[in-house]
Amino acid sequence: MRLLMLRFIAFVTMAAAAVAFGGQPARALVEIDINQGNVEPLPIAITDFISSDGIGADISGVIAADLKRSGLFAPVDKGAFIEKVSNPDVAPRFEDWRVINAQAVVIGRVVEEAGGRLRAEFRLWDTFAGEQMAGEQFFTNRDNWRRVAHIIADSIYERLTGEKGYFDTRVVFVDETGPKEKRVKRLAIMDQDGANVRYLTRGDDIVLTPRFSPTRQEVTYMDFAGPEPHVYLLQLETGQRELVGDFPGMTFSPRFSPDGQRVVMSLEQGGNANIYTMDLRTRQTTRLTSSDAIDTSPSYSPDGSRIVFESDRGGRQQLYVMGANGGEPQRISFGNGSYSTPVWSPRGDLIAFTKQSGGQFSIGVMKPDGSGERILTTGFHNEGPTWAPNGRVLMFFRQAAGAGGPRLFSIDLTGRNEQQIPTPDFASDPAWSPRLE
Amino acid sequence: MRRIPVNIIKIIAICLVAGLAVTGCASRKGLPNNAGDLGLGANGAVPGTSQDFTVNVGDRIFFDTDSSAIRQDAQQTLARQAQWLNQYPQYAITIEGHADERGTREYNIALGARRAAATRDFLVSRGVNQGRIKTISYGKERPVATCDDISCWSQNRRAVTVLGGQGS
Repeated sequence: MRLLMLRFIAFVTMAAAAVAFGGQPARALVEIDINQGNVEPLPIAITDFISSDGIGADISGVIAADLKRSGLFAPVDKGAFIEKVSNPDVAPRFEDWRVINAQAVVIGRVVEEAGGRLRAEFRLWDTFAGEQMAGEQFFTNRDNWRRVAHIIADSIYERLTGEKGYFDTRVVFVDETGPKEKRVKRLAIMDQDGANVRYLTRGDDIVLTPRFSPTRQEVTYMDFAGPEPHVYLLQLETGQRELVGDFPGMTFSPRFSPDGQRVVMSLEQGGNANIYTMDLRTRQTTRLTSSDAIDTSPSYSPDGSRIVFESDRGGRQQLYVMGANGGEPQRISFGNGSYSTPVWSPRGDLIAFTKQSGGQFSIGVMKPDGSGERILTTGFHNEGPTWAPNGRVLMFFRQAAGAGGPRLFSIDLTGRNEQQIPTPDFASDPAWSPRLE
Repeated sequence: MRRIPVNIIKIIAICLVAGLAVTGCASRKGLPNNAGDLGLGANGAVPGTSQDFTVNVGDRIFFDTDSSAIRQDAQQTLARQAQWLNQYPQYAITIEGHADERGTREYNIALGARRAAATRDFLVSRGVNQGRIKTISYGKERPVATCDDISCWSQNRRAVTVLGGQGS
């Protein structure tokens, strides 16, 4: 903690210099060491934003919950606060916050303007240097108050860690109700913290494996509508559903390319599954693999140049990397067990996967060349990781033995900060959105 | 979706049974004494009906973990299925491939398809016209047994031959 404090002061000094001279952004305060995972959470005081009703406290509550869930911050108990902030335009009494060991303090205000529009503003203060580190103002409809809170939390996270935040994001997933042998599955979308759940399909057909478009308000997924299951696109704003391509067999396991212009997926024919892409503008399809095996779960590298996928061409499921236009794939997974559902990190540095070994299902990561494998969590059944857009956190689904159904969890790259995501029912197949614009 | 025609056939079969019972009463001025009088098998299934197929032939086969090989016991079931299907060519069939829950979702979708295809190929090798057969995979989405151990998983690794619809 002593070290952190020193770093903090040094950082703020540099930040002030950067502002004064218009130089480069300063070094980050909290070093996120993904290998050590010994980051001491930073004590931060998040005061109730001043408002004429409860919305100020609500916004502060969402900010505190976001930061706490990240595992990098420890919001200080409000009961310990000494100063009761009444004027957010003046500096807080830093001594009052230092005494309770709050290294940073967040103060804000929410004002309802003419026409019902909300103005929300906040300042982030360094209590030891006595400096303002961030200050921003947002205008929005009242209905969007949670989003404003997430944007402020992202701003604080980025200012204090040097990494982009991931709180102003959504998750598309499969909501599960009913008995296991007749499970009703509906596509649903929610904020990353589990709030604002909205259902996208009615549950008439089995729906699986949704993925967000990186560029449009659109989801691709597998749907058992019609005589044969296929990959579809769903427009989030209109609810319009569209078949992807006209393939002579079952299509499944769809993902978007990083530019959003293509869908890569598996086509099943005669018991074999090969990987194809379809250009969404020209409708042209291209076959990428030709094996008498199951090739599936493709995922593009963030630069779009390569694809990682799983195949049992060697006997059991393993991970392979090939060029985005196909070519000879190189196997990258060589540990004990089988590997599946690879997902390339948005940062490009890691591939997350599901691993089955010794009757257990794990979530892990490895480098794109297959080296540096690390298991983050192991248990009866963990499956289907998806990356937060900053590449620091994964979400996946877990079914405990005898639990009746799956639930969603997040875990950071240290493997130490695991959190259940609240959902109304059982839930599976999460896919994290890109950062919202 | 796919199962609706099967249900219709079941309902038709029941009506036929009822019809036989009534005419039996009328023409022979007596009550039928046993299932045989109604044209039923010993277990009550009318030959050539989906009930006959399910009960007397066996509508499903089981697989080993991660395998789509047709086991010895399954070959016997499929041989009976082929014989029955060749005897009653009016039925189109859908083979549903399934996987147990101890795999990842997308692989299991593909594995179910591989099992359905292996089942179809066996039936075709025994003379069933390929044009009568459709396949579909449900992966691990439709288990029949729902416990968390091997006793259930082995029942869920299956291919089910479902009668119904017109041949394509």
